[in-house]
Amino acid sequence: MTTVTTVEATYREAMREAIAEAMRADERVFLMGEDVGSYGGSFAVSLGLLEEFGPERIRDAPLSESGFVGAGIGAALGGMRPIVEIMTVNFSLLALDQILNNAASLLHMSGGQFNVPLVIRMTTGAGRQLAAQHSHSLEGWYAHIPGLRVLAPATLEDARGMLAPALADPDPVLIFEHGSLYNLAGELPTDAGAVDIEHAAIRRSGEDVTLIAYGGCVGKAMAAADLLAAEGSSAEVVDLRTLRPLDDATILASVRATHRAVVVDEGWRSGSLAAEVSARITEQAFYDLDAPVERVCTAEVPLPYPRHLEEAALPQPETIAAAARRTWEGG
Amino acid sequence: MSDFTMPSLGADMDEGTLLEWLVKPGDTVQKGDLMAVVDTSKAAVEVESFTDGVVESLVVEPGTRVPVGAVLATFAAAGAEPAPPEPRKRPSRHAAKMPVAIAEEPLVSSPLVRREAERAGVDLATVTGTGRGGAITRADVAHAAAPPAVPAAPHARPSEGRRGPARVTPYARRLAGELGVDLDRLPAPERRPVRATDVRAAAAGSERPAPERPEVAAPAQADRREEMRRTIATVMARSKREIPHYYLTLTIDLDRALRWMRERNRDLPVAQRLVPAALLLKAAALAAAANPGLNGFWVDDEFRPGSGVHLGVAVSLRGGGLVAPAIHDADQLDLTDVMAGMRDVVTRARAGRLRRAELSDPTITVTNLGEQGVESVHGVIYPPQVALVGFGRVTERPWAVDGLLGVRPLTVATLAADHRATDGFTGGRFLAAVDERLQSPEEL
Repeated sequence: MTTVTTVEATYREAMREAIAEAMRADERVFLMGEDVGSYGGSFAVSLGLLEEFGPERIRDAPLSESGFVGAGIGAALGGMRPIVEIMTVNFSLLALDQILNNAASLLHMSGGQFNVPLVIRMTTGAGRQLAAQHSHSLEGWYAHIPGLRVLAPATLEDARGMLAPALADPDPVLIFEHGSLYNLAGELPTDAGAVDIEHAAIRRSGEDVTLIAYGGCVGKAMAAADLLAAEGSSAEVVDLRTLRPLDDATILASVRATHRAVVVDEGWRSGSLAAEVSARITEQAFYDLDAPVERVCTAEVPLPYPRHLEEAALPQPETIAAAARRTWEGG
Repeated sequence: MSDFTMPSLGADMDEGTLLEWLVKPGDTVQKGDLMAVVDTSKAAVEVESFTDGVVESLVVEPGTRVPVGAVLATFAAAGAEPAPPEPRKRPSRHAAKMPVAIAEEPLVSSPLVRREAERAGVDLATVTGTGRGGAITRADVAHAAAPPAVPAAPHARPSEGRRGPARVTPYARRLAGELGVDLDRLPAPERRPVRATDVRAAAAGSERPAPERPEVAAPAQADRREEMRRTIATVMARSKREIPHYYLTLTIDLDRALRWMRERNRDLPVAQRLVPAALLLKAAALAAAANPGLNGFWVDDEFRPGSGVHLGVAVSLRGGGLVAPAIHDADQLDLTDVMAGMRDVVTRARAGRLRRAELSDPTITVTNLGEQGVESVHGVIYPPQVALVGFGRVTERPWAVDGLLGVRPLTVATLAADHRATDGFTGGRFLAAVDERLQSPEEL
């Protein structure tokens, strides 16, 4: 967890500012979720918004994910632009039926008559000792579903800028905010605004290996690149940003240049987003590979509570750097 | 009048090979009688007649591959009922309606075995099956395809699949193609695959005049071939210019040796079985040890005996060229080791991975063009060696033994020797020694 004092903005503040801006710009936008109102949100993202926008637009919902996500879908169908907050991705499973069978499917089922302009924000990921019911990374499951766009902001700019285009999208968009990023602090331009939600981004250029990560693992990949740089190797870091649809072009261009790839994913390894990215690389850049694609994922266990076990279960800069070394050393 | 045609014996069958006729012209057949055996590339299938009639002529020779629907034989009319329509419609997966009977006896060889035999240039008729019911297994084919002393047939590829370093990354392989680096010549790194950096290093290295690698220098394939041709030209011209060759020939009866070998093979796992070439090599090595005047080098106008019998084995390379790497101390090795050594040098010669010492230090060379079908070979000595031994094809011939005429497997052994180093008397003794050894195969 980053504990650097705020210089200008935190990820949390950037997200809050993005919500406030969207609500000011469009009166159809409202926020709904558990404790988003008077409590200010479980992760304090919506702190202060109730005071500015009132209970009609900052709506506390009961503990009923299926119910209030369904209500959000209905509101979207009715012409509103709802932002639904789900406390963690683990709890979103209660609303999976609404998300998959309704939000993602209605455009298709209605023969193109009804689109669902809904944004669902939720917290994902581990690293805060919240144990096995609050710590998992299930965004890969949602990235599996046609009809959804899935975003994973990993920087202040993306936290600030992804919401507006997500709301402008006529179809459902899921935004996964990694819990360890809320306190991420840094400089944010005062005119920061909407960003592109189509493409992956190169966060650091390098020549020897491509580290592909998203969300909470981008920072770890950057740290791994620092470790490698200290040994004289240069790693390129690709931030996926959009988990669905994946930006193959950026990923492949990088791998074709470095000839080595390490995919970092806080999800479980089997059937993971990392598996998908790895498959696409081998499908499309096989003859450019100078080593098998490496994956660094979370151990396939329910996330442990004790700090040392939780850390051991998660991708870390050291394990990412070790995977990178495997692409040119042993194997 | 109707025809017997190549049936479609499976949805994906476009053509078939007629393996055997089960009828001959003049035979009266009834609908349902077996006519022929057809190889569908999946299985050998016995094919029935679709009609009654008298076979008039067999149009296709066994071994011929023809498309589905091609006429295989014709029937004389003889009031036979009209032939049913050719079953061209895709037969069902279940054989019930197919106009064929699956052979009941176990198939002699699987398609895989046939394909491998074809690839290795092995005639299955000559292979003894060790599988269930005498079926020929892959191992039998591999064994039969074990590299003979000079297996020069371009389609004989016993080392296929074993060429080059074990693992090469896809990018390294691509890069090797682009840079003209022969992966077969790259030293295999330990505990990791060949990577792009190895290929780049090799590409940079091959531009230097003298590569320091222990392996033979590795220019690109085509260059290597040309270079080898030039080397052979130089060396052979020198041989014929400088060496006064004399040639001796002896026909050797291999009956006892081959009988002993088959007996011995019967009790051994496939990997340890022998082929005739191993016996011939070992006999030549022992004869060379017994006649040291033929085992060594002519240098500076004098003969220098070899420090042991290092038997050069002439190996023809795919795409042309010839090398004769040595099996060291071949006279000291037992037959299994000679066999293994032979296999090893041939495989590595084909892969271009011979060690320098193997190429430079044979003390006498054996060539075995008999595998090509020739009856004898009068070779050109590889200087500075002083003798070259040749073995022709092992062939069954009438042969008188103890006043009785019998059919025996014979080979013609030849010796080309340097008259500066030895006289015909020594050469004759050498060939007699080879013969003698082969008559006591159990002592080989």
